[in-house]
Parts: sequence; structure tokens; C-alpha cells
Amino acid sequence: MAKVLVVTSGKGGVGKTTSTAALGAALAQSGQNVAVVDFDVGLRNLDLVMGAERRVVYDFVNVIQGEAKLAQALIRDKRIDTLHLLPASQTRDKDALTPEGVARVLDELRERFDWVICDSPAGIERGATLAMRHADVAVVVTNPEVSSVRDSDRIIGLLDSKTARAERGERMEKHLLLTRYDRARAERGEMLKVDDVLEILSIPLLGIVPESQDVLRASNLGQPVTVCAAATPAGRAYAEAARRLSGEAVPLSFSAERTGFLGKLFGRRAA
Amino acid sequence: MKILSLFTRRGSAPVARDRLQVLLAHERSAFGRTDLVSVLREEILAVIARHVPLEPENVRVRMERGDTMSTLEVEVDIPDTARLRLALTG
Repeated sequence: MAKVLVVTSGKGGVGKTTSTAALGAALAQSGQNVAVVDFDVGLRNLDLVMGAERRVVYDFVNVIQGEAKLAQALIRDKRIDTLHLLPASQTRDKDALTPEGVARVLDELRERFDWVICDSPAGIERGATLAMRHADVAVVVTNPEVSSVRDSDRIIGLLDSKTARAERGERMEKHLLLTRYDRARAERGEMLKVDDVLEILSIPLLGIVPESQDVLRASNLGQPVTVCAAATPAGRAYAEAARRLSGEAVPLSFSAERTGFLGKLFGRRAA
Repeated sequence: MKILSLFTRRGSAPVARDRLQVLLAHERSAFGRTDLVSVLREEILAVIARHVPLEPENVRVRMERGDTMSTLEVEVDIPDTARLRLALTG
């Protein structure tokens, strides 16, 4: 049965689009049919991060308004056969996303795919609330930084109250994806630790993506980091997160609490 | 003085954590997120699952807040096989 997943955060620039591309590619690499959907009307970027920016003909809004069929708007990934992209409109107003239209397109996507991954825009306005509206699962992308944690807390509150699942009284499955994590800085007390963020947000941990140059390089190249840098720590972290989403019990390979060189030198341990 | 502060500095992360905890406790009550419904769902599920095999999806918990009274609605689907076992064991 198809699962609709929303990648959300509240705050901008924490890695929603990067994470959508990386998780989508990793799930598709395991043979599952995946559609990634850009909800950021007017500021689309998922196409660019996935290297499909020159292949966009029709978009999400065209499908909603009946100007194109869903099959015409979906872009098949050139590297992974089972990965498809539904781009957002770059020229329309964000009000072009109507609740009825979004519901209809998502129903159609559910029939064709195993995973429908909705890349939410930042904020808590229309695009963001519509991206989470029909989700079965949420991945909350958070940086170990005060403003990101605060915004994630707000988004978790909305996931528990404003989604279709919450309104039906059903459980909303939520996962934390901690990105741009710098273990050494966390150990020196300069950055919130994994446990700090988990304690504050109290949702289960999906993965920890380390701060890494490979992530920027991947978006420069227009390739998901799980495709062009699969063996790097960031690539592995995303691949493992994707396996956890599929229900596998995978231990964390990026051990967040391992004592670093400096810590060893001074005999300090992470809490 | 500077050298001394280098050794005694604890880092700013504990300050960040404490500030967030205070702020979010306040904001959660202001925005009405108390986690009550999800906490109740998990606990109700745990109690029933002790006696009947149950999927988390089969428990629905809804809360309606009114001015003078609030209602809590709990709906649990129990699979046929489990009901049969309950009847047999009394």
C-alpha cells in the first residue's frame, strides 16, 4: 500500500529538499516506485537538486488545473527507473494549489507509487499545510540549532492537529532527521547534542546526517547524495534512514556519541 | 583572566538547551499542544495490547475542546481472531 511521506521543518535552509532527493533516490534504488513532489510553488528547487531542471514541461499546478495529465507532468529520473519527480510551478501564485486539487493528485499518485514524498516549503502557510495534509508519515528535518528546533516543535504540533490523519483521530507517524550535525562541536559543548534535540522534541530518531561537503557537491552536480556519494558518511546516513522508513531495524552507523580525538585526549565522555 | 575563562568555559550548548526548554514549555501551552492526545493514545494502546494483539492504526483518539466541557472519544477496532480468543479465555 502506498505511503505518503512529508518532509517538513518549519524553518528554511535546513535541508528539506536535499533530504527529499536523497531519501527518494535511496528508496527507489531498493526497487520501490517513488514519486517526489515539490510543493514549493514559485520557489521550486527539487528539480534543480535532482538535475532535472531542463526537463520540466508541465508541473503540479498544470495537473491540478487540468491542463496536463499526471503522466505528462511526471519526470522519470535518468539514473533510477523507479524514481519520478512532479515539479512545482515556478510562475504561478501559491494559491494555485487548492485543497481539492492536491487531494485528487495525491490519490492518483497513491495508486501508481509505493512512496509519495512531499517536499514541503518552509513556513506554516498554505503550501506547507497542504504538503502535510494527506501524509501518513512525516520526516521532520532539524538542525542542531535553537531556531530550527523551535520551528520543528511548532511543525510537530501542526502534524498532530491539522493533518487529515489527526482529524480522523489516527496516529501520525513522525521521525526526526537531524542534519548538519557536527559531532566534534557537540562534544565540545558548542552545539546541541543528538540527545538534547531528542529530549526536547520527543519524536523517534530516523537518522543523523553529518555536516559534510559532499552534500553541497551533490546539489552542485544535480544528483541526490545517495546516488553520487553513496559511500560517504552523509550518503550512508540517508541510505540507512531510507531503510528505516521501509521498516528495517538498522543501527546508526554514524555514532553520534563516540568520543572524538580531543575528547579522548582529555578523557572526556559525551553525556 | 582570558586564560582562566578558557579553562572554565562550558560551551554554549547547555544554555541553548535550557532556553529552548523554557520557551517551548510556554509556547506549547499557548498554541494548545499539550501532547495529551498522543500520550493517551500510546498508553491506551499499551494497556489493550497486553490482552489483545492490536495494530496501532486500530486505535483512534479524538478530543473536542469546548468552553464548559471537553469530550474524549476513543475508538478501538479489535480483530475477529482476537475477539474469539477473548471469548474462549473468558
